Order: sequence, then C-alpha cells, then structure tokens
Amino acid sequence: MRLIAVVLCVVIGLTACRRVDDRVTIRFWAMGREAEVVGELIPQFEREHPGLRVELQQIPWTAAHEKLLTAYAADALPDICQLGNTWVPEFAELNALEPLQPYVDASGIVDQKDYFEGIWDTNVVDGRLYGVPWYVDTRLMFYRKDLLAAAGYDHPPKTWAEWSAAMTAIKRQRGKDTYAILLPLNEFEQLLSLALQQDDPLLRDGRSNLDSPGFRRALGFYAGMFEQGLAPPMSETQISNVWDEFFNGMFVFYVSGPWNIREFRKRAPAHLKDAWGTAPLPGPDGLGAGIAGGTSLVLFRDSPRKAAAWKFVEFLSRPEIQQKFHAEIGDLPPRRSTWEHPELRADPYAAAFRDQLERVKPTPKVLEWERVVQEMRLTSERVVRGGQSQDDAVRALDASVDALLEKRRWVESQRVARMKAAPSESAP
Amino acid sequence: MKRSLVAWVFVGPALIVLGVFFGLPVFAALLLSLTDFDLYALADWRNLRFVGFGNYIELLQTPLFWKSLGNTFYFVIVGVPLSIAVSLGAALLLNAPVARFRAFFRTALFAPVVTTLVAVAVIWRYLFHSSYGLVNWALGHVGIAPIDWLGDPQWAMPTIILLAVWKNFGYNMVIFLAGLQAIPQDLYEAARIDGASRRRQFWHITLPMLGPVLMVVGVITVAGYFQLFAEPYVMTRGDPLQSTVSVLYFMFEEGFRWWNLGRASAVAFLLFLIILAITAAMMRFGRKKGMV
Repeated sequence: MRLIAVVLCVVIGLTACRRVDDRVTIRFWAMGREAEVVGELIPQFEREHPGLRVELQQIPWTAAHEKLLTAYAADALPDICQLGNTWVPEFAELNALEPLQPYVDASGIVDQKDYFEGIWDTNVVDGRLYGVPWYVDTRLMFYRKDLLAAAGYDHPPKTWAEWSAAMTAIKRQRGKDTYAILLPLNEFEQLLSLALQQDDPLLRDGRSNLDSPGFRRALGFYAGMFEQGLAPPMSETQISNVWDEFFNGMFVFYVSGPWNIREFRKRAPAHLKDAWGTAPLPGPDGLGAGIAGGTSLVLFRDSPRKAAAWKFVEFLSRPEIQQKFHAEIGDLPPRRSTWEHPELRADPYAAAFRDQLERVKPTPKVLEWERVVQEMRLTSERVVRGGQSQDDAVRALDASVDALLEKRRWVESQRVARMKAAPSESAP
Repeated sequence: MKRSLVAWVFVGPALIVLGVFFGLPVFAALLLSLTDFDLYALADWRNLRFVGFGNYIELLQTPLFWKSLGNTFYFVIVGVPLSIAVSLGAALLLNAPVARFRAFFRTALFAPVVTTLVAVAVIWRYLFHSSYGLVNWALGHVGIAPIDWLGDPQWAMPTIILLAVWKNFGYNMVIFLAGLQAIPQDLYEAARIDGASRRRQFWHITLPMLGPVLMVVGVITVAGYFQLFAEPYVMTRGDPLQSTVSVLYFMFEEGFRWWNLGRASAVAFLLFLIILAITAAMMRFGRKKGMV
C-alpha cells in the first residue's frame, strides 16, 4: 500500500514537472533600473497567460551594447529585449530585428495613433517598423521659480530671445559666482537638443550636415552662454552635488531629464518645496523640439517564440501597466492615453514633459550615431574649454563625422550596385 | 633520425596547442588588421574591404592613439621602477636575518596578487573617494587639502599606478626572495671580515648576484605593464579627460565598443611591435652588462 502511495506521488510529481515544462519560456533582456522594476510586473503577466513564463535577465547599461553584439555574433540573442532607441538602426542594419508592422496591424492594444509621433518614429528605419516604444526620455528645463520671479519674469521663457534676456537679467542681478544656467560639459544632450530645433537636418544624403547654418546657430547659442558667463564651464563631476547647488541658487536653469523630478522632490529643502518647476525647452522662435530618447521593445528575427514574446510586448504596452511602471520608476510613458491617468495628470512637474513629448524629434538613424554625438561633445568641450574658434571647430567636426560615415556610403553604393545587377535580390 | 622523431613526439603536443591557440589567432588578427572589419562586415561578409596598411596609417594620425601611448609610457616609466623597487625592498626585509614571522609576512605581502581586481577596485574607490575616502581623511589630519584622486586628470594616473604596484609587487617579491636565498652566505662573511658596510655589501654582492633575476623580472614587468587595461577599466573607464586611456583600453574601445575589429587588431599589432622592440633592447643591454 505504501509502495503504491510512493509510486503515485512520484508519478504525480513527474506530471507536475512536465506541466511546468509545458509552459513556453520567453527570454527577456532588460537593462539598468528598468530591469529591476519590470520583474515585479511579470507575475501578473504569467497569471494572465498560464502557458507562458518570462525569464528575465538583468544587464547593466555599461555592458549592454557589448553583450548584445556578442550575443548576435554567437547566435545567442533572447526573444525580446529592451533596446535603447538609438540602437534600433544598428540592429536593423545587422538584420537581427523582426519587422513589427504586421504584429501592430493585428494588435488590439498597440495603437500607433496613441503614441507620440517623434518617439514612434525612432523605431522606423528605412520605412520599416522594428520596435515599440517602452518609455521616453527627453531633456527639458528645471528652473527656480522664485529666482526667475526676482529677476522680473513671471513665466519661463518660450523663445531663445526671451531665454537670453532672462539669463542676462538673472546674471546681472545675482552677480559673481552664481550662474543663470547649468549645462554640464560631460553631456552632449544639451547641444544636441538645440541642434534638433533647427530646420537643417544633422546628416544629409549619408554625409555630415553639421556645417549647416542651423548647427552653427545652435553651437553659437550654446557656446554664447559660456562666453557671457551665464553658464559655468564645468562637468557634472566638478560640481559636488547638483541638487544642493540648485537649491543654493548657484544656477537658475538646469537642462536635464525626467529622473530628476524625483530627485528634486526628495532633496528640496522645506522652504523651497514649491520654488522650483519644469518647463519645455524654448526654441529659436516659440517652444522648441527635444530629443526623442528612451528605449523600445524589440523582437529578434531568429527567435522561435515571437508570437509569445509579442504577447509580452502588448502586456507592457497597456496603458494601466505603463502607469504602474511610471509610478514605480518615474519613466515617461510613450502613450497619450497613459498620460490621461489621474495621477499623471495631477503631477505639475510631469506636465512640462507631457507638453515636450509632442515635440520630440528622432536623431538620424545611422549606426554610427553614438560616435557622432561623442564627436559633438568633444567639439563643444574644445570650444568652451579649449578656446577653439567656433568656425574651426565646426569644420573639424564636419570633416570627422563625414569620415565616420565613409563606410556607410560605400556599403550603400554597393547595395545599390547589387540591386541593379540582380533586381530580384532585395536589400535586407 | 629516430632520436629526432622521439623529440618531435615530445614537443608535438605543445606545438599543436601553441599553434592552434596562439599562432592561428595571431595570424588571423594580422589578417584582420589589414581589413576594415566592422559592424557592416559582421552583418554581411560582402561589406568587408581589404585596406592594406590603411588602419595603421590612420591610427598614427589619431590623436587619441598618441595620447593613449603617452599615458601607457607614463605608467610604464613610473610604475616599473617603482614596482621593482618595492618588491626588492620587501624581499630584502623578508630575507633579513632579524626578520620575524617570515612566513606570515610573505603570505600577507603576496595576498594582493591573488585577490580579485574587481573586488579590490571597489575598496580602492572608497579609499580614494574625494570627500569620504580614508586617504583624504588621513591627509586632512596633516593639513593637506583633499585631492580628487580619480576625478582630476593630473592625479588619476598616479592613483592607477599605486593600485597596480600594490596589486602586483608580491609576485616579483617572491622571485627576488628566491634569488636572494640563492646567494652564497660566504660572500657576505668574507665582506664582513673585510669590514664592508651593509650598504657596500648590497651594492657589491647582492645587486650583482641578483643580475639575471633582475633582468627577468624587468622584462616580465615591462611587458606586463605595457598591457595596462584592467585597472583603468574597473577604476576610471579611461576618464577623466581620457587621462587613463591606455593603448589596450583604446583597443578595447575600438574593438568592442565601436566594433571596429580591423582597427583594434592594428592597435594590438602596434603594441606588440613596441613591446618587442623595448624588451629586445633590454635584453641586449643586459647581455652587454653580462647580466644574462
């Protein structure tokens, strides 16, 4: 009798095991802080889809790019991955990503019209959709309301001219050792934001267009703030604590990203609790564009579980899930309907970001882009710190970016030549 | 004939292993350095171009390459003599007749060699933190203003040198210790009878007798220090202002951050040639002085 019981137990145990194995395992790679938080959402997904299991792997941002490329070379990519949206063109070029338009067309959840255009567009490379935006990252202004009011302005500036005037007034009024604005020299995003506000594209026909009047205007405005002493020529590490200095009044404007809402809230001293605000970026004439940063969810072409993985993409794209995610981590949701949630609507600091998201612009979709912005940052540092003339700096930058893109032009010309030789063979 | 066959059988396995795991990759890297292998080539082999010595010529015109070479020379020129001096000093102390707890100190001084660099780096970053670090706290007590060890371009490389010397001196110390113990005691006895001071005994007996050991340690250390990579990788990532970018770190960035494997291989070969030239010069010098 006991023996039968044991045998029964074992059989039951085995079938239980087999039932676990029956579930399809979706391999999901996520990065940084998002990876920690998304883990808390997975149980809900697994409850809703009993046949699916999500295996999450957390990757630190510093190692993410190397790991993805190595995995690509070794055929070890996961089913679904969080990908920085400037990396989408790169992996599309490698032919590693699954085109998603058919999935979106059939989906009742992912609705293109509900997404901010600029951020959706970052996932479209050569007319094909390769990712679904997960969260958005852009830069705008944090500012001290009280100090701006003291300088005679009751609202944040909307144009470059207003901005300049306000900064000059602040500097005149507050004097030495304080500044009107902080633009950390170790970040490229500030100059890039100003450059994106111009009508001239940054690259054109596979060549650098940084020699254009538009980019020169952006660099001129940027460098001018340092020349006039409105901004300190410092990198973030040289300022011991950005938040403390902001509340000490070392500077009035600070161009930064959404994660700082939480930090400023936490660190504001009691008497300055309501003395700070956020505002969209001023543009050359009227409110200007901002960077369409952030990450997307992508499926890899070689994955055998794309249908299951897509279900997880849909789950993470649902407005109420995005809202939960936002509440947990502060990332900006890419869908307008998520922003309708009362908690987001009631947040005065997020409102400026909501407004800015309508005007975010993607950066050029070439796989060399990360190198291009590095060059751009070095150029701005040379002008501000090294005293190089803007004209020399722009021409040097234009030449080096052009050189970076040489291979791309050659590959492009080869592709065209091959298409002409064999019209049936289409480009990937 | 038969004898030579036996010899081949004996060296065969070693030759095969060396050929497959050393010769072949090196040869492949040499070929790679003559191409522009990059992401496009990874996506499609037809995007690979043979560029001859283009990578090398381009590198010699890249400011960051020269900067990294300068940083590496700085590290070698300061680090190697310092490292050898510290290990020789430690070995002399351990070998001194009055030394107590010899086994304990030998192990303790050797310990940094076998610890994991990444774990050590975490501790060092704390020690050298500009506002909370133990080092600045101690300096504060003797009236020295805090130094931004890892954030100041002037101080970052000295900090890396300190870390590297501390981490590696134990290895050379053990080799020196063996060398010291091999010096016959009667030489010192004779010198003492002749009335030679400690210092003269060191200059005229210890150092000359250590000649071959010094040579070996010098060559190994120079070759090793030229390959500086892990210390800046875990401590500073090449910052601040690229002041801790070494040649190998530059190669790593080219190869695995930007995925320009052609250029990265060219960097590796240039470094190989530099190390070869310098160690060959050292060997020649040693031979002239009769140290080898």
